[in-house]
Amino acid sequence: MRQMAGRLLGAVLLLLAGAASAEMPRLPHNSRILATGGATMIEGAAGGGIVPWAVLAGYGSSDEVGASGFYTHVDLKDYSLDAFGVAASWHNRVEVSLARQAFDLGTLGRALGLDDHELRQNILGVKLRLSGDLIYGRWPQVAAGMQYKHNLDFGIPDAVGARHDDDVELYISAAKLWLAGLFERNVFGNLTLRWSRANQGGLLGFGGDRGDGRELLVEGAAGIFLTRHIALGGEYRQQPDKLSFSPQSDWFDAFVAVFPNKHLSLVAAYADLGTVATLPGQRGWYLSLQLAF
Amino acid sequence: MRSPTTHRVAGLLLLMCVAVGMDARAADRLYDDLGGADGVAALVDQFLGNLADDARINHFFAETNLERFRSKLIEHLCALAGGPCTYSGDSMHQVHAGLGIGEAAFNAVVEDLIEAMERRDIGTGTQNRLLALLAPMHGDIVERR
Ligand code: HEM
Repeated sequence: MRQMAGRLLGAVLLLLAGAASAEMPRLPHNSRILATGGATMIEGAAGGGIVPWAVLAGYGSSDEVGASGFYTHVDLKDYSLDAFGVAASWHNRVEVSLARQAFDLGTLGRALGLDDHELRQNILGVKLRLSGDLIYGRWPQVAAGMQYKHNLDFGIPDAVGARHDDDVELYISAAKLWLAGLFERNVFGNLTLRWSRANQGGLLGFGGDRGDGRELLVEGAAGIFLTRHIALGGEYRQQPDKLSFSPQSDWFDAFVAVFPNKHLSLVAAYADLGTVATLPGQRGWYLSLQLAF
Repeated sequence: MRSPTTHRVAGLLLLMCVAVGMDARAADRLYDDLGGADGVAALVDQFLGNLADDARINHFFAETNLERFRSKLIEHLCALAGGPCTYSGDSMHQVHAGLGIGEAAFNAVVEDLIEAMERRDIGTGTQNRLLALLAPMHGDIVERR
C-alpha cells in the first residue's frame, strides 16, 4: 500500500507540474470561482479532509452541473486508510456522492492474527444547499446533509460491541469566505453539526455497549488562501465514545491545499486521530487528489 | 484530553473572529496600490479586452456604448478604491436590472477581472481588497428567479 501511495504521489506531482504550466481551456458548466468546490473529505462529500463543508462538489453554478472524483490515502502510525469516490452536483443546489473506504488494520490485525485485516464501508451522501453563498452576501452558505454508511466487514465491529452494521448520519454546515479577511488574504471558516453514533466514522460500526443513541457532534474548519491557488488550514471533528473496548479520540488535521486549476487539486495534511481501536498516538500523513468539473 | 482539545478549538474560533473584524480598513491606499489613475485605466482596458474575448458573456455587451462604459467603469473603480473621483453613472441596480445576469455570468465577469489583475501584475492582497469592495454589489446585479 505504501509503495502504491508513493507511485501515486509521483504521478500526481507530474500531473500538477504539467497542469500548472499549461493554460486550461474553459469548459462549459464550470462557472464557480476557483476552489469554491473545496476538496473531497474522506466520506466523499465536498469539504476539507475530515469535515463535510457547506460547499457543493465541482464548479457548477446555479444553472449548471458539477462533478468530482477523489482518491485519498492516510498513513497512520499503526493503520492506513484508503478512500475513493465520485460526487455530482446540480444547479449548485444538491450534491450526491458515493465513496468506498478501506481501513487497513496493520499492526492490530497482525497482533490478533486476523485473516480479515481490512474494514471496508460504502457511503452514500446527499447534501442540499439551503441558503446563502460562500462568497457573496452577508450570511454564510448553509447546507444540510445525510450520509448512509454500510459496513462490508462487520466481524470485528460486532466482536468489539458495535450494534449496527449500517446507519444514517445527519449534519448541517455553514461556510463563509471573507475576501481580504486577514492580512489582505481570503479567509474561510466552516462549522458543521453532525448527529451520529458512528464508531471511528463508522468503520467500527454504529452504536455500542456504552450506548446506542445518536449524539450532536461539533466539527469545524478554518483556513487562509495565501494565493488563489494555495490554502492553509486546520480541522477538528468531535467523536462519540460508544465502545468500552477502546476510548475514541476527537480528530484533528492541518492541511495545505493546492488548486492549480478548476480540474485538479491536491491536499496534503497531517492528521491526528488520537487513540484508534486501543492503539494510541495515531498520527500521520494524509494525501488526497481530486479531479473536478 | 479536554484541555488540548479546547485550546485547539479556541484557536480556530479566534482565527475566524479576527477575520470578520478585519475588512474595515480595506479602502486605505487601495487606489495607490492599483497604480493610481494610470493603473486603474490600464486595468479597465485589460478587463474590457477580456470581456470582449469571453464568449460566455460578451453577448451582454453587444449593444453597449463602450466609450461610456469604459469611462464610467474607471470612475467607479477609482471612487471605490478611495481615489479622487466621483462616480457619475447610474446605480448598479438601475444599470443591470433586466439584463438577466445570472450567477454564472457574474462569476465569469469576476474571473475576467481577476485575469486582468493577474495580467497587470497586481498582487494577491490588492486583488483581494478590490474584490472585497465589489462582492457586495452581487445582490444588485444578479437576478433572482
Ligand atoms: C461587481 C460587478 C460589476 C460592476 C462593479 C459593474 C459596473 C458597471 C458600470 C460602472 C457600468 C456603467 C454604468 C453606466 O453606464 O452608468 C456598467 C454597465 C454595464 N454592465 Fe456592469 N458591472 C458589474 C457586473 C456586470 C456583470 C456581471 C454583467 C453581465 C455579465 C454586466 C453587464 C453590464 C452591461 C451590459 C452594462 C452596460 C449597460 C448599458 O449598455 O447601458 N455588469 N457596469
